[in-house]
Amino acid sequence: MSLTYHLQIVNLLAALLLLISFAMLSQRRIAGLITLFAWQGAALAASTALVAWSTGQHHLYYSAALTLVLKVIAMPWYFFRVVKKLNVDRDVEPMINIPTTMLIGIVLVIFAFNLALPISELSGTVTRSTLGIALATVLLAFLMMITRSKAIPQVIGFLAMENGLFFAATSATYGMPLVVELGVALDVMVGVFVLSIFFFQIRETFDSLDLKHMEKLREK
Amino acid sequence: MEIYWLLGIPLTGGIFLALWGCRKHSPEINALFSLLTLLAAALLTHRIIEDGPMTVGGGWFFIDSFNVFLVALTAFVAFTTALFSRPYMRIEAEHGKLNDKRLRLYHSSYQIFIAAMLLALTTNNMGILWVAMEAATLATVLLVSLYRTPASLEAAWKYFILCGVGIALALFGTILLYFAAEKVLGSGGTALLWTHLDGVKTELEPTVLSLAFVFLLVGYGTKVGLAPLHSWLPDAHAEGPTPVSAVLSGLLLNVALYAVMRSKVLVDGALGTDMAGNLMMGFGLLSVVLAAFLIKRQTDVKRMFAYSSIEHMGLITFAFGMGGAVANFAGLLHMTMHSLTKSAIFFAVGHATQKAGTQLMGGIRGLIKTNPTIGWGLMLGTVAILGVPPFGVFASEFLIITTAMHDHPWATPFLLLALGVAFASIFGKVQPMVFGETESAKLPYQPALAPVFLHLGLVLMLGLFIPPYLAAWYRQAAQLLGG
Repeated sequence: MSLTYHLQIVNLLAALLLLISFAMLSQRRIAGLITLFAWQGAALAASTALVAWSTGQHHLYYSAALTLVLKVIAMPWYFFRVVKKLNVDRDVEPMINIPTTMLIGIVLVIFAFNLALPISELSGTVTRSTLGIALATVLLAFLMMITRSKAIPQVIGFLAMENGLFFAATSATYGMPLVVELGVALDVMVGVFVLSIFFFQIRETFDSLDLKHMEKLREK
Repeated sequence: MEIYWLLGIPLTGGIFLALWGCRKHSPEINALFSLLTLLAAALLTHRIIEDGPMTVGGGWFFIDSFNVFLVALTAFVAFTTALFSRPYMRIEAEHGKLNDKRLRLYHSSYQIFIAAMLLALTTNNMGILWVAMEAATLATVLLVSLYRTPASLEAAWKYFILCGVGIALALFGTILLYFAAEKVLGSGGTALLWTHLDGVKTELEPTVLSLAFVFLLVGYGTKVGLAPLHSWLPDAHAEGPTPVSAVLSGLLLNVALYAVMRSKVLVDGALGTDMAGNLMMGFGLLSVVLAAFLIKRQTDVKRMFAYSSIEHMGLITFAFGMGGAVANFAGLLHMTMHSLTKSAIFFAVGHATQKAGTQLMGGIRGLIKTNPTIGWGLMLGTVAILGVPPFGVFASEFLIITTAMHDHPWATPFLLLALGVAFASIFGKVQPMVFGETESAKLPYQPALAPVFLHLGLVLMLGLFIPPYLAAWYRQAAQLLGG
């Protein structure tokens, strides 16, 4: 297969990543959100592996494998377990209604593409055109964190943001040095572990995972 | 060699204390590990003063006068805080606020937190710096929610999410930095090493670096507590246990600012303009003014001093933003003074709130009658942090303001106004706490106040007289930061 052919597939996967980000914004159920998160991870892993193959950057294979194991298998499985154990899979109403959120999302995507434009012009990598998408994914995940009041969607938003960052690293620079990527993966893993302890603490104290109960501390 | 001791001791301590559990002597073991860390830091400092900057471990660690000064400060405050927490946490446990399991978590996380901060300070790799900063956040999230009260859980959640988002932005900044570096240094592990970057900083692509710096500043700045991303800070400080407030305020904020400064040196080199410094001055000034006015409205004593931390970190950021030998010197001095004084204040406040059973300032009265040492500790600490001579904070604030008058006269009225407002509100609130009328009984136990007076003594000494070798050391570090 020729390089341009690969490139088209990477671009397709990048588009998929962005599409999944929008789907996450509109998803009301937590279980659906977790499934989408797993798919996003899968798209990320596939595109990373493809970039590794077509450019011969072998350390990207590790990165792809790490994404596959952590973000497609381990974390979704773990979240499903937490959801089941805490019995929280009901419809969640976002704080801003979904059509408005989508519109804000579109504005964010335009903003991200404009921001990424000067950098991708400098980039020498074959995948540079996807940098805008990576940035858009980060911003959309950020938007999701803002508009959701439940604990688990906020964390999934946080992890989706991490996905976008990884994608940015792959598309602009063929990934970070391996030791940094391992460190980041370790932090993410510990973070999810800490958070799950936290879910149980919140649940125990508030009898719910709805963060609306947490509005006592306000800036006075 | 010292560097491995420095990082290995707290890490071993964390693992050991997690396995050992909460037995009779775990607070003493915690203090012992902190003491050993301090000794390692002292040895390392001695080495650097003798031999000058060095890279260790195949370029993975880099130590110069700037970070060795922070290493020494971190290890010192970590040790005194461990001393303070020994009786303090025991009493909290006796009051039924903590059980053995949570104390075990506390001791173990405390050591891991120190290890993560020391790694962030000594690493040469900008990527590892990010990893260590994130690790330091994660180690403290569960410490903030240690009491498991609704308010503490909320504070910890806010801390995690806000700092998580902040640090994600910093990661993007790091990616951009690597992107620029890779063009000059080639891809692979060495392109993120700070010493290598520093060597080629004039060749780095300016547009990418300026964008990278914005992300790094906002990202790490969230952790410094710079406005408008400061809102996690008062909550985390007020709801966590007091020793945690002391190390968060006295140490973590410094380490985050250290990360910003390391990036600034690179960006300044690449751009050759004041863009980075101007951004820092803007954020710094906003934090100083906003925090000063928010202090006025606080009713909780720990929240009030948390806002005071935002104010002082803003002032330090402003000083570093101005750049130049004098402002950098003043910034470094103020960093030291703030760490020592603020942790001393938190120690005194911890005992005062423990005695009164409330953190509300209305409920704490007449400390000087019931517990003269706590009362004096709090009063002297407050006077010191407000910049009254002869304490060292006066010297550093004076230097910052005179430099501002000279270089950026427009900023001076804002700074003076903010310092004045902060002075009036803090002093007005602490005065009745110390001297007011009270009927409450004496504290039934011996408070651990040696660390308070040790810190304040150092601050007083540095205000009157900075030993020549220390001044030379500061000057060297200030030189490194450039202008």
